[in-house]
Amino acid sequence: MYKNLRWKLLSIALVVVVAVFGFYPPEQKIRLGLDLKGGVHLVLRVQTEDAVKFETELTSERLRQALTEKGLTGTTVTVEPPMTFKVAGVPSQQDAEFRRLADDQASRRFDRASGSGGTYTFTMKPSEAVSVRESAVRQALQTIERRVNDLGVAEPIVAQHGSAGDQILVQLPGVTDVNRAKEIIRSTALLELKIVEAGPAPSEESLLSASGGKPPEGMEVITGANLSQDGAGGTSYYLVKQIAPVTGRDLRDARPGMDENGLPAVHFSLTREGATKFAKLTSENIQRPLGVILDNRVQSVATIISRIADEGQIAGNFSPQEVQDQSLMLRSGALPASLTYMEERTIGPTLGADSIRAGVIASVGGLLLVALFMLAYYKLAGINAIVSVAMNLIILMAFMSYIGAVMTLPGIAGFILTIGMGVDSNVLIFERIKEELASGKGARAAVAAGFDRVFLTILDTHVASLISAGFLFQFGTGPIRGFATTLFFGLISNVFTAVFVSRTLFELGLSRRQQVATLSI
Amino acid sequence: MRIFTNTHYDFIRWRWHALILSALVILGGFGAIASRGGLPLGIDFSGGTIVVVKFAKATSEETVRTAIDTIPGEKVVQTYGDASQNEILIRLPQVQGQEQGFQLEQGAKDILAALKASNVGTFEVRSQEIVGPVIGADLQRKGIYATLASIFGIALYIAFRFRPSFAIGAIAATLHDVLVTVAFLVFFGYDLSLNIIAAILTITGYSVNDTIVIFDRVRENQHTMRREPLDKIVNDSVNQTLSRTIITAGTTFLAVLSLYLFGGEVLEGFAFTMLVGIISGTYSTVFIAAAVAIILSKTSGKKAGAASAAVSTSAGTKPAPATGSKSAAGKGGRKARAS
Repeated sequence: MYKNLRWKLLSIALVVVVAVFGFYPPEQKIRLGLDLKGGVHLVLRVQTEDAVKFETELTSERLRQALTEKGLTGTTVTVEPPMTFKVAGVPSQQDAEFRRLADDQASRRFDRASGSGGTYTFTMKPSEAVSVRESAVRQALQTIERRVNDLGVAEPIVAQHGSAGDQILVQLPGVTDVNRAKEIIRSTALLELKIVEAGPAPSEESLLSASGGKPPEGMEVITGANLSQDGAGGTSYYLVKQIAPVTGRDLRDARPGMDENGLPAVHFSLTREGATKFAKLTSENIQRPLGVILDNRVQSVATIISRIADEGQIAGNFSPQEVQDQSLMLRSGALPASLTYMEERTIGPTLGADSIRAGVIASVGGLLLVALFMLAYYKLAGINAIVSVAMNLIILMAFMSYIGAVMTLPGIAGFILTIGMGVDSNVLIFERIKEELASGKGARAAVAAGFDRVFLTILDTHVASLISAGFLFQFGTGPIRGFATTLFFGLISNVFTAVFVSRTLFELGLSRRQQVATLSI
Repeated sequence: MRIFTNTHYDFIRWRWHALILSALVILGGFGAIASRGGLPLGIDFSGGTIVVVKFAKATSEETVRTAIDTIPGEKVVQTYGDASQNEILIRLPQVQGQEQGFQLEQGAKDILAALKASNVGTFEVRSQEIVGPVIGADLQRKGIYATLASIFGIALYIAFRFRPSFAIGAIAATLHDVLVTVAFLVFFGYDLSLNIIAAILTITGYSVNDTIVIFDRVRENQHTMRREPLDKIVNDSVNQTLSRTIITAGTTFLAVLSLYLFGGEVLEGFAFTMLVGIISGTYSTVFIAAAVAIILSKTSGKKAGAASAAVSTSAGTKPAPATGSKSAAGKGGRKARAS
């Protein structure tokens, strides 16, 4: 009689119970990928050059202010993006003092080179540039995460992506208004409060006529909607300084609210440091127009009546939804650099459901076809094969559920492949058993020899497929990783079911009779 | 019921015919690729836009083509899936443009706007995929690397478990399978997509399964048929495992066939690739892997005895050959054996 048969059967039963418990009911226990649930998959690139340029501009502005404060007038500071700025016109008698100031402001990040006639060139150190880029990507990652969470998407994915380290992957399952989501994620949401030096003017030429056709040093031309009361559309042109005294970085909070006329507006409040800067800006510029600029477009211009410290509002032609979205983006912080979309895949919800249905039908169809063949060709032994393949699938589902793997459409294909490959092992064993029987062994000896001899071959073939599954996992993202995962676990569990389970079933079948009878194979 | 018992097909004798047939198919594939100016790349690799729309009522491709005519570029409009589903696939090529200010989604927006404007009826966007140029080039590189790396990884394993000449045979067979599969994909008009590359990668692992089984039997036979020439050992091994080879290929084929027939359009390319790969894999194992292994073993001298001693053996004895293939004077020559 077979020893341990009872224990073997018990352990198999235990495995089945644990497995089924792991993935039943499937709607709750199995995580679906985007291609089955519907949703959008985005890859964005962070324009890290912008962050570097911003850092250069910021440092040059700080140096310029320091020079003005110390009375070193007559110097000009020009920025050569992205990594360089020049100071010209440093008087020789104040050279030493200039160097001290420059070192104070810029030596951490910039290398200083002196040229002829009191000119200095500051270039960002390469290691600093790298760290600025990396921190831009990190910051973008966090900002996008906050925005995505605020959007209220369930189980989103926001992660770094790609070999260059400057791509971000965003997956939003179940999102239907894809365009709104994309706008919210991508919008720089850069808030700037600047004094309007000149404007509004109906055209760029008329704006610049006073300064000879070009913007004065340190200033730039930006546009905004025509805010005049005559109701005509079109753009107005404004002249503002390039660098803003108060930006979105100084925001403490932003909330939707209403302006004096009862129209939707964003109310914002500033941090303590921001409030100090804002107070300075407003108190030095009483009676001058203050522009609220969002993403380089002038939203509103108001005359400064008195010193304002810590609050403000952004009013314009906003809808309530826009005010909501704008507050969301301001709260999450401005993106340190702009983002461009590199890849976008949207699966509509109906397609997702259809794909699941097609996948299930194909799986059942595959199982039936294979089962019918095995029964026809191997007769009763075919049942062993069917049972072991079925168990294989159950264990596979359990694996997926326990490790939280995501089921994708190619993952379902992996299921079907597992059916085919699972049966391979059984065929291998059965053919060997037939050979052993043909050479004259009795039923029990044939079964034993068949399993023993074939085990190593099964291992070899599975290792080869596991290697290819490994490379698949590394190569793919999303759906293909789902496939690699089902293939991988399907192969592993197959070794268990094809060898252990199938053999136990054979032994069960043979244990009843004392006399060795024929095997139905 | 048994099929393929006691077979004595002389596969080795037919190996040159088989190699020529394979070469023809592969050259045909290259020819087809050259005549269309390159591999048929899906948007995953070439960049571009694909929009699949489902119309409430049956709409012809021509109607859709006219509707989006205003959009520049070489557009592709084709029915997607079963005709009764009323689904149309629209593909736009990659727009050559700067990334700065380049709207990735512009093409898709244009398509939907054009469709709405020309009143082709109510439709629903089933899926939308847009791949930028950088990502496309990236994926191309990764795809090639992954395929080659997988082939060599597996070959290394075989070299370690059996012997190096067998590994070369396995590489030859797998490369053959990849090339034949790509040829058939071109013949049948499939565009290479991520899913199809995944299927090709899977084939590299799967096609080697049969090869391992035969090599395993060869190794086993080398013990018991020590004095026979390698030609004969390999031939006998293939014949002995023929039943198993055909049936496993058959059952996997059945499973994948179900996927091809019922699995939906998204996986159709994947399923087709697997079907071709399974057939090619079996064919290549029987004719090519064994043949290459023999050629290499012969040219590298008589290593039959020494190498098999170095390779680990497994328990169990092979049953006395029921096939009764006793050769009278089998040494070196290729004797045709009538079955």
